Amino acid sequence: MTAPLLDMQNLVKHYPGHPPVRAVDGVSLAIAPGQTLGLVGESGSGKSTVGRTILRLQEPTAGRVLFGGEDVFALGTAPLRALRRRMQIVFQDPYSSLNPRMTVGRTLREPLEIHRLVPPAQMEARVTALLDEVGLDTAFAGRYPHELSGGQRQRVGIARALSVEPRFIVCDEPVSALDVSVQAQVLNLLADLQRKRSLTYLFIAHDLAVVRHIADQVAVMYLGRIVERAPAAAIYTGPRHPYTRALLSAVPEPNPRATRERIVLSGDIPSPAHPPAGCPFHPRCPHPKKNDRCRTEAPALRATSDSPAHLAACHFAEEPM
Amino acid sequence: MTEPLLRVRDLKTYFVTEQGRGTARAVDGVSFELYPGETLGIVGESGCGKTVTSLSILRLIPEPPGHIRPGSVIEFEGRNLLTLAPAELRAIRGNQIAMVFQEPMTSLNPVFTVGDQIAEAAIIHQGMSRKAARARAIEMLTLVGIPDPAERVDHYPHQLSGGMRQRVMIAMALVCHPKVLIADEPTTALDVTIQAQILELLDRLQTELGMAVLLITHDLGVVAGQADRVVVMYAGQVVETASTTGLFDGPLHPYTEGLMAAVPRIDAPKSRLQAIPGQVPAATAWPSGCRFHPRCPHAWTKCTIEEPPLLGLGDGDHTARCWLVQEPGRRKRDAQ
Repeated sequence: MTAPLLDMQNLVKHYPGHPPVRAVDGVSLAIAPGQTLGLVGESGSGKSTVGRTILRLQEPTAGRVLFGGEDVFALGTAPLRALRRRMQIVFQDPYSSLNPRMTVGRTLREPLEIHRLVPPAQMEARVTALLDEVGLDTAFAGRYPHELSGGQRQRVGIARALSVEPRFIVCDEPVSALDVSVQAQVLNLLADLQRKRSLTYLFIAHDLAVVRHIADQVAVMYLGRIVERAPAAAIYTGPRHPYTRALLSAVPEPNPRATRERIVLSGDIPSPAHPPAGCPFHPRCPHPKKNDRCRTEAPALRATSDSPAHLAACHFAEEPM
Repeated sequence: MTEPLLRVRDLKTYFVTEQGRGTARAVDGVSFELYPGETLGIVGESGCGKTVTSLSILRLIPEPPGHIRPGSVIEFEGRNLLTLAPAELRAIRGNQIAMVFQEPMTSLNPVFTVGDQIAEAAIIHQGMSRKAARARAIEMLTLVGIPDPAERVDHYPHQLSGGMRQRVMIAMALVCHPKVLIADEPTTALDVTIQAQILELLDRLQTELGMAVLLITHDLGVVAGQADRVVVMYAGQVVETASTTGLFDGPLHPYTEGLMAAVPRIDAPKSRLQAIPGQVPAATAWPSGCRFHPRCPHAWTKCTIEEPPLLGLGDGDHTARCWLVQEPGRRKRDAQ
């Protein structure tokens, strides 16, 4: 196997409080170059915090992130800035992540100027090329964000991330604010850019169907921990963790003749400030084998009998539900 | 055949835009019927007019800048809601026709307890005493599956989770046992496991209370699971109507087809999605002819000039606003 481009080791991010909020509680994930890892979870699972912490948009509580072998958390200001050229992020809400007082052209020029990537004489041509790459006409350079539709704004957000020629992009819910017809355009664009520029993606989303269309590997988060991780096809056709099974069964299917049994979980997701003892999922777990062990002993993320690449954090991952 | 409970006829709701940039024809001649006990899904993307339609039914459109055009009819049990006096309308709104909104946090009043907010409608519409209304509120919280209802009744909205708040909204809407529930994106702000709970709850309550539900959503998956019949909206108009199975078995309108192809499927392996090119036009400048023609893979000259009416297929319960219904030979095989 090739060395991973990004290697997260036991990442922890707690927010201070009484008790502290354990947003990310020991996450280890690796992404191979050119691959897309889909990170899936519901609100409060900690998935966005993972994305922001590996870019050091917020400082970690503990753990290590290696990017191309370099220890991201050990870098000083100057090398960190250099690293930010290699690692970029596309946010969910293009409405609030673009400066309303900057034209699209200026938004795209700014990172190029900061990193001194393009001589002034070639700036115009570079901006045009970037717009073209994300499917926008040159005329957009003179427009302001409020003059654009949601899909166009998200294309600008992607162009801005691409401008510094990164190898790795955190896509944090990049299509959740978009209508389906436009969502498909943006997902296809991300896939095309990945192929063309050999990009590596961490694709964070709550929508399992969207992730299926873009991810090679999928990790499912619940209350700050990874509960299952596997190649995408294996997760969708043979989920092992009861939470993943419930999540998949709850996705409404656009087929009125669907016969799939919906597993309706009881209760809400507990607060990450008060995670349950033992397996964090046990209070909502519908698994018939659930017992005292689940209430006291947190299951480790381990290889299941399916394959060494299919990991699940459940004492009864191999048992039918 | 049973009479419809709610009949919307040629509804036109327009908005005057700022700086005189013209009139936004947000809802532009919408007609449909809602029958007792059924769930009718209205599906469409942002800007198609589905929410303005639902707000128009209860006359919740702010005037100005909005206004419902003369000639529009919204009949509830034979009475036109658009011509009722305010007092008569109040007797129906929240009582016989109730509504659940998308954002429970912004639709609940943060300074009143959930019990007070549920009891309010019972006091106003049914003349209940405060004490009886409070008991009724607890009963409603039990009905919508909130644990410890006798305690929760005194809680404020911020003390509840998103799913609980949506349950409270539903309890508020149902306290007077309405005949019609309008649910506008009732699960859009919720996580998928909580969405499953709320959809199951709506199902159960509809069966128990025998009400008709007008379900407004952008999610074809939600429609497929909940609705008996579907109205598809695009650019302020109804573009297709059908039974839910009829629609999914054989969509007639290219927009509906495009929408179905664009939805990511949980059972399809990693692959490209079929996107609909372009975007929804502005409500101040709908395209000429068929409003979908600039994005349609099949469009020919007629589509750019002449606006198609809703054309029926077979026994007429499946209609589409598309010339292809009359001229199927024009369909391009290699498109989509």
